[in-house]
Amino acid sequence: MFWAQLHSRVAIDALKVSMQTSVVSLACIVVFGTPVAYLLGTKRFPGRSAIVTLFELPLVLPPAVAGIALFAAFGRFGILGAQLRTVGIELPFTWVAVIMAQSFVALPFFVRQASAGFASIDAHLMGVSRTLGAGSARTFFRVAIPLARQSLSAGAALSWARALGEFGATALFAGSLQGTTQTLPLAIYDQFSAADLDAALAMSALMVAFSAGILAAVKVITRSSSW
Amino acid sequence: MDAPTDKKLSVKVRHRLGRIELSADFEVNGGITALIGPSGAGKTSVLQTIAGLLKPDWGYIATESRVLLDTERSINLQPEERRVGMLFQDGALFPHMSVARNVAYGLHPRPRSHRERDARVADLLKRFRIEGLASAKPSRISGGERQRVALARAVATSPEILLLDEPLSALDSVTKGHVSAELSQWLEELGLPSILVSHDFADVVGLADHVAIIEDGHLVQTGSKNDVLRRPASAFAAAFAGINFFPGTAEARGHHTEVRSPDGVVMVSTDTLTGSVGAVIHPWDVSLSLHKPESSAMNLLHGPVLQLSEVGSIVRVTVGSTPPIVAEITAESVERLSLALNRMVYASWKAAATRLVAQDGMV
Repeated sequence: MFWAQLHSRVAIDALKVSMQTSVVSLACIVVFGTPVAYLLGTKRFPGRSAIVTLFELPLVLPPAVAGIALFAAFGRFGILGAQLRTVGIELPFTWVAVIMAQSFVALPFFVRQASAGFASIDAHLMGVSRTLGAGSARTFFRVAIPLARQSLSAGAALSWARALGEFGATALFAGSLQGTTQTLPLAIYDQFSAADLDAALAMSALMVAFSAGILAAVKVITRSSSW
Repeated sequence: MDAPTDKKLSVKVRHRLGRIELSADFEVNGGITALIGPSGAGKTSVLQTIAGLLKPDWGYIATESRVLLDTERSINLQPEERRVGMLFQDGALFPHMSVARNVAYGLHPRPRSHRERDARVADLLKRFRIEGLASAKPSRISGGERQRVALARAVATSPEILLLDEPLSALDSVTKGHVSAELSQWLEELGLPSILVSHDFADVVGLADHVAIIEDGHLVQTGSKNDVLRRPASAFAAAFAGINFFPGTAEARGHHTEVRSPDGVVMVSTDTLTGSVGAVIHPWDVSLSLHKPESSAMNLLHGPVLQLSEVGSIVRVTVGSTPPIVAEITAESVERLSLALNRMVYASWKAAATRLVAQDGMV
């Protein structure tokens, strides 16, 4: 039975790397993406649509191009990479590179959903909160976040699924080092290339189950009645 | 209980609003001022400017004791520092919080213990007769109850000014009468300078002491309610003044309400409101006939035609009955009835067309 293949060293390492990196990526996406989504969803300012386009670019960009872009920026001889190297930081082919690749590709899934959620909040509620003595920070945490929570969770789930499935950008920028940067999709490709079809199949089945579970969760979140 | 204040509020605003230039100067000396105008006239922007939710190009807003905004001196208090209570048409209650937590929302920043805060919330719930709803979610309560919760929530923060944005327009006409009567009672009791905004004169005429008419960003008329009704200064004000408005005393009588005007004339309404009221009858709800009508209309006045003025295909007919009433009928009807000045006519309208609004202090 091919399920036994999941006990192989390669599979266990890949599962571990995938879980760790995707959870950290998700945290980065939520922490960075929520304020951005809030600004894009509730404020009108010049240059807003340019910023929206910039944030949505990874949605349509081939992941391999995203990987090349990250490499050109943070690679050994990249624009920022060369500078980082002088202070002893090398990003490519590390655990951090995996997170950067995943976050870059999965961020728009969260920002789109979350900013739509913030945009749908009745502006009167935010105004009332201010006149009741709450500053913008308290209004954000007590009114905006709870009212957008469905969109925030749905966006987080979708972007987590996207981060878990990330392949192209990770392969180019982080490589496929077992136990460090080799995530499940990379391990599947690796095993398939090495003609170990059973192992590839077993890990693929696992990913199908994960993805289906996340999608089902999103459905439940978005359907759950409001107040 | 909050000490009633009798402070005045000065408002001067200039602001570019899309195609129109908002320009308004006015003062509120206690009491209730209705800011009335067509949609897009800039009424809501004035309220938002006072609340601090909109920063105008130029402006000066001050109470007797504090300057809230002075663009020339770069003073611009944040909304949370202005002590301005705001009410919206649907109450704008936080849907994710219970009624009690909505009321408690503004009590957070002041240094007080949990027990003190709970006691204050309990007081407010009781005062506004919503203690039974404390744990209810806003989506489960009625429109009138939502307004009471919104008012309790605003009052909790001891505001110096109350701003009401279309407080009645989300309600059906039956509920409207009740909520309007209640609101007028609360506002009087609170004694705060209040500004309420509406596009419907009939909605707020019963609540307000003073009226300001705003059109295309400009204040075209300010004054006491009676002055504006008697001497409308613009087409918009005239259209509103063109409604029939009779003060009187209402009393329940069977399925209907009877309103006795000071002249002793009795009008019948299907609205359920008692005490001091204003009866509003739209001219287009009034029919004219030469003979006593046998229709189901329960209200009837008799008098000579005093004035005929054509407005497009509609003719406004002023009948010199007691009290005088204005009807709007088609030009064909005028011809069919061969209406002419001094011709005696019957004016009739249905009980459902007599809308009652709460009144206080005006006779």
